[in-house]
Amino acid sequence: MYAVQIEGLTKIYGHGDTEVVALADATFAVAPGELVAILGPSGSGKTTLLTTIGLVTEPTRGKVVLDGELIAEDGWPPGLDLKRVRREKLGFIFQSHNLIPFLTTVENVMIALENNGIAPKEARRQSIALLESLGLGHRLDHYPALLSGGESQRTAIARALANQPRVILADEPTAALDTENGKHVMALLKKLAVENNSAILVVTHDQRMVEGFDRIFTFSDGRIVNEQRN
Amino acid sequence: MNLALRDIRHNRSRFVQTCLGLGMLLGVVMSMSGIYRGLFADATGILTTTAADLWVVQQDTSGPFATTSRIPEDIKYRIRAVPGIVQASALSFQNIQSERQGKPFRFFLIGYEQGGLGGPPEIIAGRAIRQSHYEIVVDRAMKIPVGEKLRLAGDDYTVVGHTAKMVSSAGDPVAYVTLADAQKIQFQDDDNAIRNNRSRLSAQITRLPLLSPGQAKQLTPRISEITGSTHIANTVVARLAPGTNLAEVQERISRWNHFRPLTVADQKRILTEGMIKKAKMQLGLFRAILLIISGVIISLIIYTMTLDKLRVIATLKLIGTRNRVIVGLILQQSLLMGVVAYGIGFTLINLTHDKFPRRVDLVPADMQLLFGIVILICVAASLVGIRKAMRVEAAEALGG
Repeated sequence: MYAVQIEGLTKIYGHGDTEVVALADATFAVAPGELVAILGPSGSGKTTLLTTIGLVTEPTRGKVVLDGELIAEDGWPPGLDLKRVRREKLGFIFQSHNLIPFLTTVENVMIALENNGIAPKEARRQSIALLESLGLGHRLDHYPALLSGGESQRTAIARALANQPRVILADEPTAALDTENGKHVMALLKKLAVENNSAILVVTHDQRMVEGFDRIFTFSDGRIVNEQRN
Repeated sequence: MNLALRDIRHNRSRFVQTCLGLGMLLGVVMSMSGIYRGLFADATGILTTTAADLWVVQQDTSGPFATTSRIPEDIKYRIRAVPGIVQASALSFQNIQSERQGKPFRFFLIGYEQGGLGGPPEIIAGRAIRQSHYEIVVDRAMKIPVGEKLRLAGDDYTVVGHTAKMVSSAGDPVAYVTLADAQKIQFQDDDNAIRNNRSRLSAQITRLPLLSPGQAKQLTPRISEITGSTHIANTVVARLAPGTNLAEVQERISRWNHFRPLTVADQKRILTEGMIKKAKMQLGLFRAILLIISGVIISLIIYTMTLDKLRVIATLKLIGTRNRVIVGLILQQSLLMGVVAYGIGFTLINLTHDKFPRRVDLVPADMQLLFGIVILICVAASLVGIRKAMRVEAAEALGG
């Protein structure tokens, strides 16, 4: 079973003369443990693809299946609990980390677990274990403002991984990092994809980082114009 | 995990400062309630401590507190004779303003009959008046030590005792002297005025053609004695025997002409509806305005705090945080702000209410009502922030 499967996925903004096709007829599937890059210039539709799979943007047409659950077919099915799907099946990593500034490192990870109904004590235990595995054991009680860029991104990765989602969506995760930290984060994502058997889709325009991906989709004007396997 | 507490912990200084400001505002609201209650207590203080059932005053007046009332002192004997009345005493009331140690010095002087109604309710220092003349009991707020002398209408009065918290309806401290002394202070002219009045009376009587010079000479001192009498009181208060029909006694005295018997309820109505009604309305309006201001401030602060957290809220939504958690974050902060501010205001007013120049009565029921109102304001104020938070899209967490 694929972790992510999309068929004819299309997103159109506006109507008539103001109509803009942000994503046109995208079709592909990503297996668990696969690390996929989405490349393309600004406005090529890569972030729209990510937000559509991430249940943030409702598709105009097409189908999205996440971990065997149909989550979109020409729009979201009526009654679909978007937050539940996001909590249970998806993890997000952002360019600007998006850590909660008033929560410590460990609390930033705990909140993802508590969202899924894990008791605070257990959530704390799991969060500490996860952060220690990512080399952040010495930063557990620090606020995000006191973390370096690399540490913040690793905390964000820990939060995304906390619920062991089937799919992790990363939007420019290395853009705010220097080359060394960027490579370190990419290596970490690759390792975690294999270890957790999660599909990881990474939107990037950072050519420095494309080496480690299993597959690379290149977008232009909302369409997939190239698919490359490494 | 409680997000509200963690946000407050992280922005502690801003939260504390906001609560301090709000707390002071709520303290002022509490003081307004206390001042109103104090006004009421002050206005009815003498009425309550006198513990009379009937207040007989001059006809067509609402005396002795609201308007001037003058009745002959000896009417008390007639009142005592009314069936059902067990005790009746004449009382005299007057405001006195003079200077003491270079500052304006104002108090309310009550003249009472020793052993009768209307005397000092409780002596907290010194003793009660024992002599018929030249002794005075003052409220401790007048700050005159026992043993000191006070000069009134040309005579020295020795302070023999202190009362506590006895003030007039105007908030002036109360002092007590015997009725005879009070009458002398209030009604007796000074020696020059007496001489002048006698001369004028004598001249007028001598000019009467019907009287011989001898008759005029004999008549002058008699008339002078009558017109110069100080046996006047402002009211006669009476206490009824248990089981006596108050309305019947009131009706009976009403038929005498020249007098108006007022019940305690009548007096309370005169005092509260007439004398402090406007003050009550003023304080009520002031309280309402301050509460509205508090509500607006809480709303603005919560709204601003929500605006500061829009990206956080979007991120929380994106990672699947339930709406109730986000609503809880805003609502709990608003409530916590209200509760802490209330606590600060409450502590502040409890520490300072004794230092107010007028009585501030902090009634638990008022404080509880205010707490309820503050909670309602906090809930209402948080709705603006909650509305804003609910409109935030998870997509706003994306992008640089």
